[in-house]
Amino acid sequence: MIKDLKKPLGYIYLGIIVVFLYAPILTLVVLSFNRSRSMAVWMGFSVDWYRRMIADPMILEAIWNTFSIALVSAVIATIIGTLGAIGITAMKKSRQTAILAFNNIPLLNADIVIGISLMLTYLIFGISLSWGTVLLSHITFSLPYVILSVMPKLKQTARMNYEAALDLGATPIHAFTKVVLPDVFPGIISGFLLAFTMSVDDFVVTHFTRGAGINTISTLIYSQAKVGIKPTLFALSTIIFVVVLVVLTVSNIISNRKSVA
Amino acid sequence: MTLKKQSLWSAPFIIWILIGTIIPLLAICYYGFTTRDGDWTFSNIIAIGKAEHARALWLALALAVASTFMCFVLAYPIALILRASKLGERGFIVFLFILPMWMNFLLRTMAWQVILEKGGLINSLITGAGLPALEIINTPWAVILGMVYDFLPFMILPIYNTLIKIDSQIIEAAYDLGASWFTVNFKVILPLCIPGIASGVTMVFVPSLTTFVISNMLGGGKINLIGNIIEQEFTTSANWNLGSGLSLVMMVFIVVSMMLLSKLDKNKEGNFI
Repeated sequence: MIKDLKKPLGYIYLGIIVVFLYAPILTLVVLSFNRSRSMAVWMGFSVDWYRRMIADPMILEAIWNTFSIALVSAVIATIIGTLGAIGITAMKKSRQTAILAFNNIPLLNADIVIGISLMLTYLIFGISLSWGTVLLSHITFSLPYVILSVMPKLKQTARMNYEAALDLGATPIHAFTKVVLPDVFPGIISGFLLAFTMSVDDFVVTHFTRGAGINTISTLIYSQAKVGIKPTLFALSTIIFVVVLVVLTVSNIISNRKSVA
Repeated sequence: MTLKKQSLWSAPFIIWILIGTIIPLLAICYYGFTTRDGDWTFSNIIAIGKAEHARALWLALALAVASTFMCFVLAYPIALILRASKLGERGFIVFLFILPMWMNFLLRTMAWQVILEKGGLINSLITGAGLPALEIINTPWAVILGMVYDFLPFMILPIYNTLIKIDSQIIEAAYDLGASWFTVNFKVILPLCIPGIASGVTMVFVPSLTTFVISNMLGGGKINLIGNIIEQEFTTSANWNLGSGLSLVMMVFIVVSMMLLSKLDKNKEGNFI
């Protein structure tokens, strides 16, 4: 009898947690369509905040900065990280472990320490904080994720395939692009996606390494949260939520199909 | 291509790690152990003993322990139910619990600020019902709530990942040998879950201990954690030496907690990636 009771109770518990996780986000979605500025009283449906959002140069610039930094830093981190992973697998085991230990430092370190340490380094070398310093910082904290995504795939392919290709008469470049690269490609893609999302989500490192007047979506929210949040940010949150939902649902469906097939 | 030649491909990466990780850490150490004029000193480290700094560190530790514990208490049953109900096999339900992780965490914290604020949703509902308004925001409870909300998915995922790897025959064998539900859960499943729990605890404890964002947004400047003190030294007070010294002290706590936790997860089974 206890077993009969247990199942519905479990589902009720899961339901409560889902409500806890999504109710705050849905509150923002509802408020973004509220005619009034109030955060509590419903004054009727309106898309006014969306209109104001797309007319707000601050928000548009923050969106631009967020995605340009994410894209450029993810591309650079993926290239350097993939080359790094290929190079590391050719090293002696002891040297590999040493390098991977250093690779893990930014992964385990607190964001605030990464942020202030990079800020100090820029200032010591006389580099003034700007869009570029944010970009360099994002490459720095993304690199370890690329390494960790690409390395396991490289171990699977082994050097054997590459050497076999050479023995069969392929040039080194041909052997690399036709034999090694296709095998590691899934790892490179997931490394790139991780680097990209890490960059989009980052606030703390950006906060310390950005130049005056450079805002990303995160830093814009933070500065507004101090002086008073405007409902245009609710409109922005809603759009971000929908984009995240669509992208993740689609990629979830694709990967599920692949695992079935 | 020889091995030696191939290993040269990692040169840009190694240089980047050197400049981007090692030098910045040395920079923090240098600033932490010097005065503004560049003389060697321990005063930035000893400054942790000052009442306001010590209080901030203890409060950060207390809130981090509380939120990590809360996350575990909430997440472990979720993982258990997902495993037992086979709901997880469809992928979608697990995905539902992980999705908020990909939402910008400032947005998620902002949502709670809006809900808890004095003129916010909860208080309007309460006063609308004729009850006196509650003072939830700007209390340590609001900060714990924000931490639990922001970091809960990071506890669910590693625990669930270790749980589904447990062979169900082991659990059946325990029942067949006469173990009670209680024994199976606490003597069989829980110990097998330790690697996942350790990795979940790391992923909740460290960001909670070092945060200044959640305490600032939900604490309204009244809740000062060690992260807030450090952040202020770098932005408003501009005493980088003191800020560096205090963050070195904070790093000791991070390193110690990680060493303790990595002992529980020797095979790196609960690894996140």
